[in-house]
Amino acid sequence: MARSKKPAVDRRDFLKSVAAGAATLAAPAEILRAQPVAPQPPLAMPLMPPVIETDPPADVEVLTEGRAGSDFMVDVLKYLGLEYICAVAASSFRGLQESVINYGDNQNPEFITCLHEESSVAMGHGYAKVEGKPLGIFAHGTVGLQHAAMAVYNAYCDRVPVYMIVSNVLDATLRDPGYGDWVHSAQDEGAIVRDYMKWDDIPISLPHFAESAVRAYKLAMTPPMGPVLLVVDSELQENPIREGTNQSIPKLTLPSPPQGDSGAVAEAARLLVQAENPVIVVDRAARTQAGIEHLVELAEALQAPVIDMGGRMNFPSRHPLNQSARRGALIPNADVILGLEVKDFWSALNSFHDQVHRSTRPIMKSGAKLISITTNDLNIKANYQDFSRYTGVDLAMAADAEATLPSLIEETKRQTTADRKRVFQDRGAKLALAHQQAVEQVWTNATYGWDASPISTARLAAELWAQIKDQDWSLVSGTGFVTALQLWSFDKHYQFLGSSGGGGVGYGAPAAAGAALANRKHGRLSVNIQNDGDLLFAPSVLWTSAHHHIPLLSVMHNNRAYHEELMHVQRMACRRNRGLDRAKIGSTFVDPNVDFAKLAQGYGLYAEGPITDPKELGPALKRAIAVVKRGEPAFLDVVSQPR
Amino acid sequence: MKIFRVYSSANLVALAMALIFSPIRVKGQNAAQASKPSEASAGNAENGKRIYTKYGCYECHGLEGQGAVTGPRLGPDPIPLKAFTSYVRNPTGNMPPYTAKVVSDQEMADLFAFLAARPHPPALKNIPILK
Repeated sequence: MARSKKPAVDRRDFLKSVAAGAATLAAPAEILRAQPVAPQPPLAMPLMPPVIETDPPADVEVLTEGRAGSDFMVDVLKYLGLEYICAVAASSFRGLQESVINYGDNQNPEFITCLHEESSVAMGHGYAKVEGKPLGIFAHGTVGLQHAAMAVYNAYCDRVPVYMIVSNVLDATLRDPGYGDWVHSAQDEGAIVRDYMKWDDIPISLPHFAESAVRAYKLAMTPPMGPVLLVVDSELQENPIREGTNQSIPKLTLPSPPQGDSGAVAEAARLLVQAENPVIVVDRAARTQAGIEHLVELAEALQAPVIDMGGRMNFPSRHPLNQSARRGALIPNADVILGLEVKDFWSALNSFHDQVHRSTRPIMKSGAKLISITTNDLNIKANYQDFSRYTGVDLAMAADAEATLPSLIEETKRQTTADRKRVFQDRGAKLALAHQQAVEQVWTNATYGWDASPISTARLAAELWAQIKDQDWSLVSGTGFVTALQLWSFDKHYQFLGSSGGGGVGYGAPAAAGAALANRKHGRLSVNIQNDGDLLFAPSVLWTSAHHHIPLLSVMHNNRAYHEELMHVQRMACRRNRGLDRAKIGSTFVDPNVDFAKLAQGYGLYAEGPITDPKELGPALKRAIAVVKRGEPAFLDVVSQPR
Repeated sequence: MKIFRVYSSANLVALAMALIFSPIRVKGQNAAQASKPSEASAGNAENGKRIYTKYGCYECHGLEGQGAVTGPRLGPDPIPLKAFTSYVRNPTGNMPPYTAKVVSDQEMADLFAFLAARPHPPALKNIPILK
């Protein structure tokens, strides 16, 4: 569908109508009465007095001369290198918004128009995982932050830097006595999200703002990363800068991440080198391409299998030492297990049965040594339980895994003798053979249900891969349900971003848009496999991607249900022996089916669908990718199988 | 042999994410365990198709029994009917048990017939984009 760029009201027509309206308002009352006029509806507002006072009234607006407080704030945001501000426009930060678009020339940062604060934050979440740094998010006092809260929680759980500014009218005597300022102000705005914020502050002066803004950025970017919040008073934003105000910006220096101490690293290397069956478990181990390469170097030095839990792009999917699906076979035989930034180490080492009497059992063998390198314990809070079960380990380093890898590699190589090298080579050869057999099995598995309708997720993944494999692509969705993505070869840090972290639904679409925004300047093809249930939470981010020309290919995994929840109801019905006739009540999106293509078209996107015939998928993908390559978002509604 | 597996919600997404990076996923059965053709004739494949959907088997195993992250491939060439029925009644993994009250023995045979009737997939070499 061609996207119209013509505004709904032509500017020239708009000005004519304004001029006519103004003339009417200014016309003497006698003339108006003399004209034959059609019956008019009652006026909603009083007319402007016909006689304009010649002397300014005492309460006339005083124009700001020089710079406003929010201009300085924008200077600070520019210093921090924020490329974008994602925000839903709101009165409480009108000063900042005006400064961004006029004083700051709407460049670095550029204002990105969002339509839901949850989407603003999720866009920042996705952006940060590609770009390795935050963008800025503005939100309205109280209600805007409340809307944003779930997305903030996701970012907190996912250890992603999100940089937020919300507004408040601190001085109650200056609040508009009408409704807005009072209900959108709070004694302590940060309390709304403090349980899952890394840090927050309420600066009461511009020098205080500068200091806290730089501190917030530094804390957000220090592993373990996380969201930060500044609550900025509206008066401080809107008023002119007082003469003599200190307008210096403190220097930003990002600290080097914490590394494991040399003794602990040497001991870890000793255990790994001496182990007969070491296993490396990774989750959020790599933040950068260098992190991936270091992890490959460590695994190859040991010829040890790597089990990737998928929190980030950690390890190349086609590498012979990638043994992720063999967790059940490898963990029970392991004598040393190294966990690198594993958010839930316990789950990697134990099984859990969801039955009437819930049961767990270790899958690792007794006496196996556990080594953990993670920053998880460096920022842990009490209320929300995202820290998961406690795992007793033999050697724990409260350190950043990526930063510790170089010294661990060096120590491992130093301790490796020729004899151990031969053992490693034998081990690696066996693992490589298992990997190769497994890859061939994946391709064979994809043939089952190949021509089925609804389209199998394997077919969807294969058709997509055929179109993107020769391009510089980035999968910007945390699509865990389409496991046939094993058909793809992942080896770049931006090719896989992990999931939401907190499991808050509604993350997928805006996070994909934010990641695509980050990918845009790099010329990457951003691909989003979009879950239907997720999109239905806050679809308006589609408009944001159209408005800001964010090139993003979204392919629906439209299975018309919350299938995981449907499975839970099935489980309960089976457990209670009540039959499954009604199991779908409350979990499916049928009768009527949602027409996602029309939805996307309504937001201004090129869209096709619903696509139910697998033979139509490849050609549709080609057409959609052509649109994306022209710099616009494109959307395909693919009716697919549940998993 | 575990032929069904349903993961808890707490682990499902994380597991699925992990498996994207794994080379192995859906395990089929081996040839030695395949059913005899006569077993399929005991059931009504059409009714099996209906109840396969109605009872939600497709949720974990795909509409064609092809398997997914949540459960292995079931057809074509399912495991013997007796073993199939036994497992569905008393699964050892995270799959919920389906008693005879929920799925009768005849329905079990129908399900089996449906799975046995699934077409064999095209050969890998005949699918250009999988070459």
